[in-house]
Amino acid sequence: MKKGYFGDFGGQFIPELLMPPLLELEEAMETILPSEEFQTRFTNMLKENIGRPSTITYCPNLSKDLGLDLWLKREDLNHSGAHKINNTLGQGLLAKMMGKDVLLAETGAGMHGVATAVAAAMLDMKAVIYMGATDIVRQAPNVGRMKLMGAEIVSVESGTKTLKDAINEALRRWLADQETTHYCFGTAAGPHPFPTLVREFQQVISKEARQQFMDRNDGDLPDVVVACVGGGSNAIGMFHHFVPDESVKIVGVEAAGTGEPGCDDSAPLDHGSEGVLHGMKTKLLQTDEGQILPSHSVAPGLDYPGVGPEHAHLQDSGRGDYVTINDSQAINAFKILSRREGIIPALESSHAVAYAIENKDKLQGKSVLVCLSGRGDKDLGILDQIL
Amino acid sequence: MNPMQIKIEEATKQGKVGLIPFLPAGFPNREQFWKELEELDKAGASVIEIGMPFSDPVADGPVVEKASLKCLDDGINLAWIFEGLKKRKGQFSAALLLMGYLNPVYQYGVDTFAADCEAAGVSGLIIADMPHEESDFVKKALAPHGVSLVPLVGLNTSKERMKLYADGASGFCYFVSVLGTTGQRESLPTLIKEKLTEAKEVFDIPIALGFGIKHPDQLTQFEGLMDAAVFGSALITHIESGKSSSEFMEPWK
Repeated sequence: MKKGYFGDFGGQFIPELLMPPLLELEEAMETILPSEEFQTRFTNMLKENIGRPSTITYCPNLSKDLGLDLWLKREDLNHSGAHKINNTLGQGLLAKMMGKDVLLAETGAGMHGVATAVAAAMLDMKAVIYMGATDIVRQAPNVGRMKLMGAEIVSVESGTKTLKDAINEALRRWLADQETTHYCFGTAAGPHPFPTLVREFQQVISKEARQQFMDRNDGDLPDVVVACVGGGSNAIGMFHHFVPDESVKIVGVEAAGTGEPGCDDSAPLDHGSEGVLHGMKTKLLQTDEGQILPSHSVAPGLDYPGVGPEHAHLQDSGRGDYVTINDSQAINAFKILSRREGIIPALESSHAVAYAIENKDKLQGKSVLVCLSGRGDKDLGILDQIL
Repeated sequence: MNPMQIKIEEATKQGKVGLIPFLPAGFPNREQFWKELEELDKAGASVIEIGMPFSDPVADGPVVEKASLKCLDDGINLAWIFEGLKKRKGQFSAALLLMGYLNPVYQYGVDTFAADCEAAGVSGLIIADMPHEESDFVKKALAPHGVSLVPLVGLNTSKERMKLYADGASGFCYFVSVLGTTGQRESLPTLIKEKLTEAKEVFDIPIALGFGIKHPDQLTQFEGLMDAAVFGSALITHIESGKSSSEFMEPWK
């Protein structure tokens, strides 16, 4: 298989001027990452700074309501409130050891921006965060958190003013500042080596969850593992160690937006087509002429017209099942989990929870392990507007 | 020999720098675009570079992005570009080059695209988001139609990587003079000379300098190290201010 490919998907579709920093990163991934110094420091950071391992939680009330066994992998309990920090501390430490001073990042929901700001502050680096103007408004609390930790926020006014455009601008900035700057890409997408590198830092989710589930269930594996998919980093982290377990059904949940005909959504795996964007060949929301379509989801972290190439491959190979949940189903799950279990999930993670709720008839008696990728405090502003 | 190389070498023989103006297809509007092309041709362009619109042009600076997104909004697509060029085939003295991003070409179908290039009299293609590692399938599609994939190298391209691009390259080599996106820069870094010298050693086709070129005075320091100059943002800004292409080309002749 060609370098950086997952089946037919992946690759390095970026300007030649970005190849040197990508090759430099690839080399660091092969030399610095496996080194004892990196591994010792990173293992310690996972424990001391993030609070890993994150626990798994059985949901007694909701399990009874739905007629299934619902378990949550609690990435919302990580420092800064989501799985994103697994990746930013990993890439941050790698960049530091590569001799870079600046962590550059794009952010949609703001969670990756916050996690990058944490990493930069901890590692005594500078964080520069590109964020769509639309997202800056709808995720104001996260903007405040980033600023408090010393990050510079750059508002992106081009295109749809969301995640896709923030990535375009961040790539441009990286092109100009590659000497001093590491692009701390937020999801398991983009050009090689990012999909592999980000998975490497997120696979801890399923490494822990698989063992934790077996410890609690007499060595049995869950019947179904579920995660929401935007770019797909929490999902690839949640799936990775379950992929070889053939008895475990793997379900990725994309955002269907409002779900009304003619409206934008964020489900390229469900009804997109193969194409090239942001350095990768993957499934995209696009016109017949290859222009990228705007995406929409009530969950800003899922609001993206592409998806990580490994998910496209898992779907293509039949190993992963990719389904959609719409805005109102996700909001319903957000409320139900808050009310029945006292856990406020991020709107992104609510899509994964909603899968269990909406499919309870098919899932009777099954054990369902959902990745609760982040906490929902950041979304109260959005909910206030809707409810 | 590829027509782009022939035209640039013609300029070299006359002791001139080859001129490669860039305009997004459909700029400043559908009708005026073809008139601008004719003017650029008459004013002595060696190669005319035509931008194919894309919704997410990561390698373009603000001036080019804004101009090409407007063309996209106006409904400009590959079919329109090829139709217009086929109608005017043989009317341009300059060689024609298309520049854009992979996805629109990929959706159009690379084989169909290559055949349409030939039918429309297009001699070359630049794909901004496709490095050497991913370019085989496009090169294979273009070759039977006599269309060159123009290599793009820059200040951070090692001599080893330049060699990868030089192998089998035809037309000319596009040398990006700044580490950044397209657009005007007042001063050009001194590193350019050193890297241009390397490029001259590696490539046996003409070298065109681009990104940040506004005025011919900027080029005198690179005499002998380059054969042609690409200018886009400065030309777009000039046309946007209501002036003509021929006026812009005047100091370059």
